[in-house]
Amino acid sequence: MTVTVKDKTELFSPQICAEIDRWIAKYPAEWKQSAVMGALMIVQDENGGWLTTELMDRVADYLDMPPIAVYEVATFYSMYELKPVGKHKICVCTNVSCMTNKSDLIVEHLEKKLGISFGEVTEDGRFSMKEVECLGACGGAPMMQIGKQYYENLTPEIVDAILEGLE
Amino acid sequence: MVNEVCLRTLDLERPWLMEQYQSRGGYEVLKQVLTEKRAPEAIIEEVKKSGLRGRGGAGFPTGLKWSFISRNAPGQKYVVCNSDEGEPGTFKDRDILRYNPHQLIEGMILAGYAIGATRGYNYIRGEFWEPYERFEQALQEAREAGFLGDNLLGSGFDFDLHTHLGGGAYICGEETALLESIEGKKGQPRYKPPFPAHFGLYGRPTIINNTESLASIPMILEKGGEWFADIGVKNSGGSKLFSISGNINNPGVFEIPMGTPFSELLEMAGGMKDGRKIKAVIPGGSSAPVIPGEQMMDLNMDYDSIAGAGSMLGSGAVIVLDDTNCMVKTLERMSYFYHEESCGQCTPCREGTGWLYRVVHRIESGQGRQEDLDLLDDVADKISGKTICALGDAAALPVQGMLRHYRDEFQYHIDHQRCMVGAG
Ligand SMILES: Cc1cc2nc3c(=O)[nH]c(=O)nc-3n(C[C@H](O)[C@H](O)[C@H](O)COP(=O)(O)O)c2cc1C
Ligand code: SF4
Ligand code: FES
Repeated sequence: MTVTVKDKTELFSPQICAEIDRWIAKYPAEWKQSAVMGALMIVQDENGGWLTTELMDRVADYLDMPPIAVYEVATFYSMYELKPVGKHKICVCTNVSCMTNKSDLIVEHLEKKLGISFGEVTEDGRFSMKEVECLGACGGAPMMQIGKQYYENLTPEIVDAILEGLE
Repeated sequence: MVNEVCLRTLDLERPWLMEQYQSRGGYEVLKQVLTEKRAPEAIIEEVKKSGLRGRGGAGFPTGLKWSFISRNAPGQKYVVCNSDEGEPGTFKDRDILRYNPHQLIEGMILAGYAIGATRGYNYIRGEFWEPYERFEQALQEAREAGFLGDNLLGSGFDFDLHTHLGGGAYICGEETALLESIEGKKGQPRYKPPFPAHFGLYGRPTIINNTESLASIPMILEKGGEWFADIGVKNSGGSKLFSISGNINNPGVFEIPMGTPFSELLEMAGGMKDGRKIKAVIPGGSSAPVIPGEQMMDLNMDYDSIAGAGSMLGSGAVIVLDDTNCMVKTLERMSYFYHEESCGQCTPCREGTGWLYRVVHRIESGQGRQEDLDLLDDVADKISGKTICALGDAAALPVQGMLRHYRDEFQYHIDHQRCMVGAG
């Protein structure tokens, strides 16, 4: 399914186009493809946190790439989501430093509270959970990321307070 | 002697601002180099003298790496900074990006000047949103001040610098996978040779260095290579950022001289939590073979001391484990990681990491077989040195280390279908 448009500015809103263009400008003119990771992230954020095939095709058209090359990137990197996620994607690190600081209690607490496990979305679409590898914040273990924000030195009570503070 | 190089502005209120960085002499050495038109060869010589070895994990001498670039070859060359910081246990580059981004920028400009590159990229892992924003803000300040762009301070030297954001893939920390990723592709490592110095980003000569390596450059050039070398010990010049975490009271990042006794570092980090006994230390990121706690207490934090105990200093990520930790479970988690993160290009790594994980997993869940320990040895041997990139070795090393020091614990799991640590 390829979108055929002559005018690339019709592929996305002017604001999204401008954001993608900022990424394109960072790379040599003949290497527009370098902007694919930035573009996918922008488009994913705009679409509630996940990518549809149609969106990936549009990115391909915008950057003059074969769609398959965009799919390859989107499936290789773990931060791109190819299925709907919650409005708040909760990423919990379970790697060694977090594990030895009881990340399993954080995971259990979230599971009980939200009624979902890793890879699932709450019925109201507000939350989803994802297990992630070391996020480079082991000094604050156990930790998690929600959206763009890191939360460190977690306890079940702190997790409750964080979730309550979210819209 | 703490926080003398990369974290030297940490005591300031908002050290990430240009004005604060400059209040400590920031960008002065760059100005000097540009106005005096210091010879690039002399800069590389100074870096060699400093004994600076790559802080990303491999410990390759930075000055030597730079000298591999033919400076006068025509066409574009690149400086690339590796801020992917994915090695489990490592969280130091995040602090450089958040608290001292200008020193990294200054270091990258100086590196560009030394090798004749006019463009740089800083590859920041995609999850690091706050560090990314800090770095971007610093870039803008630097551009406005005329430290980036064309004809820097009227010197005739051009340099511009941009950020690339990763997408969540440990393998992109491997330098050639990182280059592929900047090129907008899957992050799969390239065969070497050719090395990036000859065929790097977009096929052009490129140097890739870790964040901490590049952020060390301004101080080395300001105070001299010898000054830096003298902070540390033989073969391990300078100070180093150690990310220390695990079962300790005060985990964090400490910039201390190379050669500092581990026992002192542990003390700075508040000692063991709840007064527990130290059982094991992973001294250089999760790929570094484990060292028993008692032995570690006699070692120093430098390349030779840690290597002498059969492990490596790696990225300086120190994971301290107390006696409540089960080594089988610890290894299971690490093996899961390498299996998940293998890019799948080479068979020994793709299949081998799967084997390692499945076998450790079954031992941990009480399904271990008598022949499993030999099987682990065998699979780890078959991966080592037989892959395109070092992720294969990184997966095999922790297995070999654990079996060397804690074989009895694994054997107990197999014999009794349960753990010998606590009631677990
Ligand atoms: C699987 C793998 C992951 C790596 N991850 C990182 C990383 O996150 N950061 C880093 O600086 N180096 C990492 N490296 C090392 C780089 O390949 C490279 O050696 C380093 O960036 C060179 O810079 P340096 O000489 O200044 O250390 C990794 C290597 C491998 C094999
Ligand atoms: S060793 Fe593993 S990660 Fe490295 S290239 Fe081969 S398959 Fe990929
Ligand atoms: S182990 Fe969880 S952030 Fe590093």
